[in-house]
Amino acid sequence: METLLETKDLVTNFYTYEGVVKALNRVSMVVDHGTTFGLVGESGCGKSVTVRSVMRIVQEPGLIENGKVIVYLDEEDKRAGIDLLQQSEAYMEKLRGDQISMIFQEPNAALNPTLSIGDQVSESFLFHQKREMCTKIVDDLTAPGCRTFYPLRRLEETIYRAAAKTPDAFLLKIFDRMPLLSRWQKRLKKEAKKRTVEIVRKLGIPNPEQVVDQFPHNLSGGMKQRIVIAIALACSPVLLIADEATSNLDVTIQAQILDLLRKLKNEAISSILLITHDLGVVAEICDRVGIMYAGNLCEVADVREIFHNPLHPYTRALLDAVPKLSAKGVLKSIEGNVPNLVDPPPGCRFHPRCPHTMDICRKKPPKMMKTGNNHLTACFLIGGGEE
Amino acid sequence: MQKLLELKKLKKYYPIRGGVFRREVNTVRALDCIDLDIYRGECLGVVGESGCGKTTTGKTIIRLQDPTSGSILYYGKDTEPGSGLDIGKAKRSTLKRRGIRSRLQMVFQDPATSLNPRMLAKHIIAEPIKAQIPMRGRELEDRVIELLKMVGLTRDHLLRYPHEFSGGQRQRIAVARAIATDPEFIVLDEPTSALDVSVQAQILNLLKSLQSRLGLTYLFVTHHLLVVKYISHRTAVMYLGKIVEIGDTGNIFKQPIHPYTHALLSGIPIPDVEHKQQRIVLSGDVPSPVNPPSGCRFHTRCPFTLDRCREQEPDLLEVENGHAAACHRHDEVEKLIYEKFGGSQAAA
Amino acid sequence: MGQHPRLRELKFTLHRIFRNPAAIIGFTLLFFFTAVAIFAPQIAPPKYAHNPYIMPHKGYSPTPKPPSKASIFGTTSGQYDIFYGAVWGTRTAFKIGLFVVGIATIVGIALGAISGYYGGIIDEILMRITDIIWAIPTVVLAMAIVVAFGRGLDKIMIALALIEWRWYVRVLRSEILTLRDQDFVHAARLMGVSDLKIILRHILPNAIYPVLILASMDMGSMVIIAAFMSFVGLGAPPGYADWGQMVALARNYIVGPPDYPFKFWYTIVVPGGCIVLFVLAWNLIGDALRDAFDPRLRRR
Repeated sequence: METLLETKDLVTNFYTYEGVVKALNRVSMVVDHGTTFGLVGESGCGKSVTVRSVMRIVQEPGLIENGKVIVYLDEEDKRAGIDLLQQSEAYMEKLRGDQISMIFQEPNAALNPTLSIGDQVSESFLFHQKREMCTKIVDDLTAPGCRTFYPLRRLEETIYRAAAKTPDAFLLKIFDRMPLLSRWQKRLKKEAKKRTVEIVRKLGIPNPEQVVDQFPHNLSGGMKQRIVIAIALACSPVLLIADEATSNLDVTIQAQILDLLRKLKNEAISSILLITHDLGVVAEICDRVGIMYAGNLCEVADVREIFHNPLHPYTRALLDAVPKLSAKGVLKSIEGNVPNLVDPPPGCRFHPRCPHTMDICRKKPPKMMKTGNNHLTACFLIGGGEE
Repeated sequence: MQKLLELKKLKKYYPIRGGVFRREVNTVRALDCIDLDIYRGECLGVVGESGCGKTTTGKTIIRLQDPTSGSILYYGKDTEPGSGLDIGKAKRSTLKRRGIRSRLQMVFQDPATSLNPRMLAKHIIAEPIKAQIPMRGRELEDRVIELLKMVGLTRDHLLRYPHEFSGGQRQRIAVARAIATDPEFIVLDEPTSALDVSVQAQILNLLKSLQSRLGLTYLFVTHHLLVVKYISHRTAVMYLGKIVEIGDTGNIFKQPIHPYTHALLSGIPIPDVEHKQQRIVLSGDVPSPVNPPSGCRFHTRCPFTLDRCREQEPDLLEVENGHAAACHRHDEVEKLIYEKFGGSQAAA
Repeated sequence: MGQHPRLRELKFTLHRIFRNPAAIIGFTLLFFFTAVAIFAPQIAPPKYAHNPYIMPHKGYSPTPKPPSKASIFGTTSGQYDIFYGAVWGTRTAFKIGLFVVGIATIVGIALGAISGYYGGIIDEILMRITDIIWAIPTVVLAMAIVVAFGRGLDKIMIALALIEWRWYVRVLRSEILTLRDQDFVHAARLMGVSDLKIILRHILPNAIYPVLILASMDMGSMVIIAAFMSFVGLGAPPGYADWGQMVALARNYIVGPPDYPFKFWYTIVVPGGCIVLFVLAWNLIGDALRDAFDPRLRRR
């Protein structure tokens, strides 16, 4: 498996009235091409902050202090790794939605209630795929079967050729703003709409031609989440990040969406980075799992390993606390509370709640150690840290 | 087992107003003819998806909302033994006067909004006590501390605002508030949905221990089937304002009868890698409760619809001991599912 | 956590307010005006002991005199001392503001709370009455009252107080409509708490913030409206220590003789400046309060 995304020692802090919240404490994780990586943890553990740091959309008052986020967009070319934290904002804008897409928990908040569905999905095409669409239009215009009036056709051809070469030309931007000249975009918008209908159909929404003209309030929750996924997948990204995308949905709708994601992974996307607190979803759809606690990555392993052979005490406790179908007896809960990240416990952040705390756990933070089967754990019980 | 509450043909309709004079143009049938018995000391789980009416059931029983028609008979400590009082029709002031108001309480879903953000924990818990009996000063504080200890908090937590607590602790305060007036019946509306997994386990264990300690009766409303399996003795499955299946929790999970129950159970993401999922994926979305389908409400999404299902609404009939389902084809559903989807959906 | 939680909350609120440089400016100005108002008898000793608001004047000449040793800011047309007027005008401004805003908040909160909490037919009736009040233009009402009862600052204050509550009813009602459906209100009803207690204990402390912001902005607005009325001739009589009145006296002297148009600048700049700074102070405070109390930005 080739690496797609690698974060190295990511540190993110939030500067609040109560103090500096050390949200991420040197998080290093690896996502491979063609896998579904599940990032699991409870609220406040930093999983959302991690992916937002990767996409560089951390909210105020947060700051990415340190670390590297390296993406290898080209699967074959391993040397072409780019550190996202060093890139300009313009580069990130081109990247988001095109190579790496993100979907959020609340579909109501993700869709603009005043724009039609078609407009919102086309936005993605119009921003990222202008060049391809213009080239295609030029091809259509020069094809022998074209029925448009000849001088008009030549005029449009010239404009679109120019647009295909430099889609961000200043002159074109001026044309967009002027009343009559902005009609040059008509073909472009039609092409975008065609692609929109295609992707909406691909996501299993019935009657895509009608849906494209409707507004978000005409649709149900499950449909809205599908549209959000459509916007994310419009430009065939290499990585889809889903931040608790199914937490708000009903059980049957969640089942539909998970099925959909599984199907699309093979066709449209290469990899998915799924954030969730639901271990059931993880067991369903993930290939590799990372468990986070209080800003640290505790354990990373393949999904079967995690469920059959959990090594980190937090993972064990989490698996014990989840209600299962065949469980008998009392659910074991974890003693204590999530620590305050303004003043986190020294050493291993889990040590106040861990049933197996040793002296060294209080003093030094454990390092990630690899134990057979591609299984990584950060715990002094397994592997000595750095001794 | 003694009955605590008996719902007879309970209906709750919400009018939709439209037009110039805001006349009633349509109705949302949130609850449509519910018959339900709740026994003393049990935890009855109510499951279903959004729009099925489970929250409305809870709120209507304790008179947070008034029922449109039907009766809610209450056989409590303060009523004459033998005959129940119809709390559905009684006036709010009667309920308060007879002390019944404090016997029916509720724990809400979101601990962030169910506590007044401008009140200290001490006052939040003291309020229901003060509304009922004129206790004050030292005595009141002692009682509040006693309640805090019962839910696992300490006296340090008295003088703090809700935003200074974590989600789990806030929910504990909400529970303390609910048990402050010595209630008999508590409606728990998705109390753990907004909480983390480990905290959820703590709260569920707390609720279980309080139930046995104080002899409470719970109505546990949730959409999370595994939680219902852990905590409730009996379970009712609701769809679009009607109860489609009800029975002992073990039976419902081992041998579900209604096709909707089968679909719900197969849809749960199981935290177990070995479990092979044969999913019954239902087509379409939940119909709107404004215009529910004719006949059996589930017929638009059911894979085994017959003509009879479209025309006639099935009654909730007892199939086995205590296990009732509302389906015309209840004796063949198991076989039909096996034919169509292969493998048994029943979980161990 | 040794301190009492209310103290901690207060400290946090103050921090949120004073984070904003506008707040610091606003409160400084307000502090300055309050000091002037309190110590007015010491700063500008009144000539007429029975009514310190009558400005002293030496002579009746219509031409204003520039600042000199005798009168620090000069005199208006009619020889009223501008310095005296500015100092005692502070008291007048506070009087107007506090009276009108005080009555408006009390009436507005009471009606808004009843209307918002109970809803239904009570809400409809109260809102229609409020709509009728909305239809009355402020200036026309003021003119009508002046015609009926004669001119005077107190008549203006009454006119304003009669209609200003209409803003507060709307603001509070809209806050209550959202709060009414919150779970903690339902919980309180479940416990059998009486409606009045619910409104006072649960709803008002959470709904009051927009009203506070509106009240602070209104303090400034009322002064401007009263100044306008005086300028037009409806408010205080000439010689009354009111900033608006002083501007009215300067009406003919806004532009001086052609060769020296700013000759009588002090007649406009001093009282006008007082009005501007007073209203600015309250507006900045209102802005800072709005930023401090916005629930989305509050807990950061």
